[in-house]
Amino acid sequence: MQEAMKARAKELLADGSVNRVAGWKIGEFSYDITPAIFETAEEIDRDFVYDDFCGANLSKYLISQSRKEGKILVFLKPCDSYSFAQLLKEHRIIRENVYIIGIECYGKADINKIREKGIDGVLGIKESGSSFVIDSIYGEATVPKMDVYAERCLVCKSKKHAVYDELIGEEGDVVPSSRFDKVAELEAMTPDERFEFWRGELSRCIRCNACRNVCPACSCENCVFDNPNSGIANKAAADSFEENMFHIIRAFHVAGRCTDCGECSRVCPQNIPLHLLNRKFIKDINEFYGEYQAGENPDEKAPLTNFTFDDCEPSIVYKRGGNQ
Amino acid sequence: MKKMQAANLNDFFRAAAAAETVYLPVDSADGARFMKYEDGVTLSMACNTTRSAKDFFFPQVENLVDFKVDGKKIEVIDGREEVEDFVIFGVRACDLASFEILDRVYLNTPPVDSYYKNRREHGTVITLACGRPQETCFCKVFGIDAADPAGDVTCWMLGDDIYFRANTEKGEKLIAACGSLLTDVDEAPVENAKTAIRAMVDKLPIKDLKLDKISERHLLENFNSSVWKDLYESCIGCGTCTFVCPTCQCFDVREFKTNEGVKRFRCWDSCMYSDFTKMAAGNNRLSQLERFRQRFMHKLVYFPANNDGVYSCVGCGRCLKSCPISMNIVKVAKALGGEANE
Ligand code: SF4
Ligand code: SF4
Ligand code: SF4
Ligand code: SF4
Repeated sequence: MQEAMKARAKELLADGSVNRVAGWKIGEFSYDITPAIFETAEEIDRDFVYDDFCGANLSKYLISQSRKEGKILVFLKPCDSYSFAQLLKEHRIIRENVYIIGIECYGKADINKIREKGIDGVLGIKESGSSFVIDSIYGEATVPKMDVYAERCLVCKSKKHAVYDELIGEEGDVVPSSRFDKVAELEAMTPDERFEFWRGELSRCIRCNACRNVCPACSCENCVFDNPNSGIANKAAADSFEENMFHIIRAFHVAGRCTDCGECSRVCPQNIPLHLLNRKFIKDINEFYGEYQAGENPDEKAPLTNFTFDDCEPSIVYKRGGNQ
Repeated sequence: MKKMQAANLNDFFRAAAAAETVYLPVDSADGARFMKYEDGVTLSMACNTTRSAKDFFFPQVENLVDFKVDGKKIEVIDGREEVEDFVIFGVRACDLASFEILDRVYLNTPPVDSYYKNRREHGTVITLACGRPQETCFCKVFGIDAADPAGDVTCWMLGDDIYFRANTEKGEKLIAACGSLLTDVDEAPVENAKTAIRAMVDKLPIKDLKLDKISERHLLENFNSSVWKDLYESCIGCGTCTFVCPTCQCFDVREFKTNEGVKRFRCWDSCMYSDFTKMAAGNNRLSQLERFRQRFMHKLVYFPANNDGVYSCVGCGRCLKSCPISMNIVKVAKALGGEANE
C-alpha cells in the first residue's frame, strides 16, 4: 500500500499534475507520525509513510493548502473523506486545487492503548500478520492489532469514500457499527448520573484546545472563545460552569456537521471521550429527522438547515423527559 | 540516609498528611496525576504524570485582585492570603529542574511574583529517582540526573524498600515528623541503584540530542532557517505542548465581570495562539510559522541567552506524548541541527 502510494505521488509530481503532496511523515519511534507536505520525490522517498499509525486526518489542512498556488495531492482514508466532503459542502475547500486519492483502511492503532497494556518505553513497532511486534526498552511484546486499535476504528462506520478522484486499494461500503451503544448507555442513566459522568470527564479538561483545533468542523477563522469581542472569550475555564460551557457550545456548533471522524478524542491529552457528545447529536438527528450522517453524501441536504413538514416539533423535548 | 519498607508507604503519607496536605501521583483516567492524599489513595508507578508539577506553583488559573464597584466608589480588594504548607511527593528530576527555571523567571528576576513566591515558600518537595524512564525522556541532554534529584527530600524505591535522604531543613523537619517509621541505613544500596538508573538512561534513544548548532551564537541562522517552513505547516496551533510543558511560563491577565464589580485573574497563555500578547497596535506574530518558531527559539535560544546558558526545556517528553500531530521539540532540534529522524 505505502509503496503504491509513494509511486503514484511521485508520478503525479513528475508529470506536473500536482506540485505538493499531503501525507504522513515518519517520526522517531514509528508511532509518532506527523502530517506533512512533500514537494519532491526525494522527500517522499525519505520520509513518506503509510501504516497503522497514520491516524491523523489530513482534510482540515486542505482549507489553507487549497488556497496556495498549484494543485495538491491528498491521501484520504474513508473517514477522512467524510470530513473533506463536509468541508466542501461548507465551501471551505477549493475543490479544483485538490487531487484526492482514496486509500483503503482497516483501522489505525492507538499508542495509548499499547501503553495501557503496560507496554512502555516503545522504541519501534513492526507488523506481523494480525499482530504488532513491539520493541521496547524493557523487552519485546506481541499484541493482536485489534486490541490496540483506536475506539473509533473498532466501531468504523464506513469503508466507503465520500469523495475521491482515484482509489488505491479496495473500495468498501457503509458498514454496520455499534458506535451508539455507549450513547444509549448514557441515555439510560438518570439526569443526575449523567451529569456526574460528564462532570467527571470534563473536570479533567485543561482547555488546551487540541480538540477544537484538530476538528474539521471547527473551521471558523476566529473562534468565539478566542475573540475578545465575542464577550465569551476564555482561555482557561475559571469554574465548572465554564468547563461545561466550552464543550456544550462546541458540540452544538458542530451538531449536524460532525462526521464522527473521532479526531477530538484521539488528540485529547486528558483522555476525555468527546466523541460521545457528538455521537449523541448524531443519534438524536437520526431519531428526529431520519438517518443522516454528515459528510456521507455531498448532495444531501442537512436536516438542521432544512425544513420539511415531517420535522419533529419542539415539544419532543418534553416527550423525552427534557422537563425533568 | 533512612529507610522504610515500601509496604509502610501509606503510613508515611498518613503521618505527613497529619500536619499538612500531601499530594502524590495517582493513576487515573488521564494517566498519572497529582492528587491529595486520603485513605485508600495509592502511589502510581508511572514514569511521570500527564500534567506537569508546575501546577502547584503556577496554577492554570489564579485570582489576582477584585474590584468592588459601588456607584462611583471602587474598592480594590487584595485577596492574597498565605498559602497553607503542603508536600508534593514523587516529583521527578525533570520537573524539579523545571521549578528552577520558573524560579529564574518569577523569583530571581525582579519584580518578584508574589503569588508564585507564596506557593513556592509553602511547598515541600519530595523527589523520586526514576525507576522506569521512557523512550520520550531526554533529561540527560540538559544535564539533569534522573538518578539523584535534589528537592527537600530525595527518595529511591528499591524493591521492597524506600530510601529517604533529607537535603534541606524543611526536609529534615518532615523526616523527623515521620521518624518512627524510618531507620538509619548505609548508602551503598542507593549508590548501586543510581548506577543502574544512569545505565538505563544511557540506553534511551534521544539522550544524545545535539544542541550545539542551536544557540545565541547561531541566533540569526536559527531564526532564518528554512526548516521552520517545513515544520510549522503540520502544527494546528492548539497550545497543548505549552500547557503540558513544565517550563512554559506565559500567562494572560483577564477580567471577569461579577455582580459586584470585576475580578482580575491570570491564566496560562500560549505563544501558539493567534491572540498571544495582542496589543492595541496589533499582533507581534501574525503567522503560525512565527508563533511556532517562537516556542522553540525561546526554549533553546533566547532563554539560555538570558539565563546563563540554561535551556528552558528539561526533556520531560510530555510534548512528545501529547502533541496531536506528533510535532515536538526533539523533531525541531534535529531539523535545526541538520539531523534526520531515526
Ligand atoms: S483536547 Fe481535551 S483537554 Fe484539550 S481542550 Fe479538548 S477536551 Fe480539553
Ligand atoms: S518542551 Fe517538551 S520536553 Fe521540553 S520541558 Fe517542555 S514538555 Fe518537556
Ligand atoms: S525525563 Fe528523566 S527525570 Fe524526567 S521522568 Fe524521564 S527519566 Fe525521569
Ligand atoms: S506543536 Fe503540536 S501541541 Fe504544540 S501547538 Fe502545534 S500541534 Fe499543538
